[in-house]
Amino acid sequence: MSLDLATVRRIATLARIHLDDAELPALQAELNGILGWIEQLNEVNVEGIEPLTGAAQMALKMREDVVTDGGYPEKILANAPERAGDFFVVPKVVE
Amino acid sequence: MTGTSLTDLTIATAREGLRRRDFTSRELTEAHLAVIEALNPRLNAFITVTGERALAQADAADAAIARGEFAPLTGIPLAIKDLFCTEGVRTTAGSRILAPFVPPYESAVSANLLRDGAVFLGKANMDEFAMGSSNMTSAYGPVENPWKRRQDNEAVLVPGGSSGGSASAVAARIAMGATGTDTGGSIRQPASFCGVAGIKPTYGRCSRWGIVAFASSLDQAGPFARTVEDCAILLGSMAGHDPKDSTSADVPVPDFAAACRRDVKGLRIGVPREYRMEGMPEDIERLWQRGVAWLRDAGAEVVDVSLPHTKYGLTTYYIVAPAECSSNLSRYDGVRFGIREPGEDLRDLYERTRATGFGAEVRRRVLIGTYVLSAGYYDAYYVRAQKVRALILRDFTEAFAKVDALLAPTAPSAAFAQGENMDDPIKMYLNDAFTIPGSMAGVPGMSVPAGLDGNGLPLGLQVIGKPFDEETVFAVSAAIERAAGITALPQIRAGA
Repeated sequence: MSLDLATVRRIATLARIHLDDAELPALQAELNGILGWIEQLNEVNVEGIEPLTGAAQMALKMREDVVTDGGYPEKILANAPERAGDFFVVPKVVE
Repeated sequence: MTGTSLTDLTIATAREGLRRRDFTSRELTEAHLAVIEALNPRLNAFITVTGERALAQADAADAAIARGEFAPLTGIPLAIKDLFCTEGVRTTAGSRILAPFVPPYESAVSANLLRDGAVFLGKANMDEFAMGSSNMTSAYGPVENPWKRRQDNEAVLVPGGSSGGSASAVAARIAMGATGTDTGGSIRQPASFCGVAGIKPTYGRCSRWGIVAFASSLDQAGPFARTVEDCAILLGSMAGHDPKDSTSADVPVPDFAAACRRDVKGLRIGVPREYRMEGMPEDIERLWQRGVAWLRDAGAEVVDVSLPHTKYGLTTYYIVAPAECSSNLSRYDGVRFGIREPGEDLRDLYERTRATGFGAEVRRRVLIGTYVLSAGYYDAYYVRAQKVRALILRDFTEAFAKVDALLAPTAPSAAFAQGENMDDPIKMYLNDAFTIPGSMAGVPGMSVPAGLDGNGLPLGLQVIGKPFDEETVFAVSAAIERAAGITALPQIRAGA
């Protein structure tokens, strides 16, 4: 499977990363190199194998479904690039 | 005692010295800050040095000692990888996108170290978001490995990665120990390259809370130090269950340091025949055989084992880790923290912030991850990789039915020079061929300095253990350390 330029552009859009047209060909070659290398997994017979989602070989702990944290907007907003009162500011979304 | 000799101490001996009041934590900390000032401009092992904070922590440690209060790390100066959030101290993850980020909280692991009295010298350099095997992807510049090639004194060698600053700092004696994180080899490979000890414990041994996430099903914290015992002391403080990380294991933390003194007599050690690679230097093969002989001499029984899916570890990793990173890194959007690039609209702001904030390797992995998770490709790539991951785990489970631990090389080469292996991303990825399978299975692995190659560069051997059996890993690693008896020192170091 080889990615064409339109697909590279589509992936970048999904990933929300701006790419200049000039960057596309080199990136396309790199991604295709990596994906071509990954193809070797097709040699492995995985019939009947359950996918392994994580390395923790134990049941995850459950806790009461209650609020245990919060109540410090100043800390939460301290790193905001732009804020107004207790809100994060972004460019206008709805005209 | 002079400043130079204070920086040569191990953590174990420094603890005794502090207890005996031979010196104070302030003296120990000042000695380290002085050599950081002298050597860090060259090594670039620290992104941020927190001298004033360190001295305040040292004074608090001295006051505690004066009251007769000793915690396991009281007064011991450490470096903290810049992936651990530290309250009030800038945490960059080696990325431009987090350049202005000052966490309002402390990571669980670093909080555990502070609870036990540690002094933090600063934040250690690393590959951006822990993605890399050379520290060359850091937005804060490369780190120099303190070792030099005997034949080629000019070459500037990489410390490995991603925890390159941590490994370099410990090797150069500008920190007594350091924290690292390991997703596919990011503790073990730099430990091998810099001639220090480093352990990636079992997945779940340490809390991931407050560690900037890369690949959540693989990320695990661990220590670097100059001896196996020092690593055991550090891990004892770092480990433990944390309700804030549901994957952290609620199991007791044993006395790891005591395990370093355990006899290896009667242990069964497996030698996995697949841990070989085309172009692997003969020095590494020979060192491996020497390691086998040392363990046999110490009374262990050595058996050949097979881990047939080893060769698929790397490719499985380069689906699973990018997939998880593309999800984890979606939080960097220029809205809540980090840098922001203005855009025509909200979407353009996201896209330009991420284009400016992420370096080339991070961008590549986010794009690969986005692709393998996208509609139509999810089953072909991601689910298939998870199935192969299950087979890799099965290899280890079957091997550990027959042996107590495995012995293998840590990395397929010694440290290489800055600029080498940079032309093709896959060449760089191959560095982690021997560390990734254990990461995929979640088992503990330790790199212990075991010898030097023909160029005088350190080489590590890797001891891989059963889940939550770090004690055997420490026992076997300590036996190798004793047998190797390495006395060589890096050329760039405190007091040199």
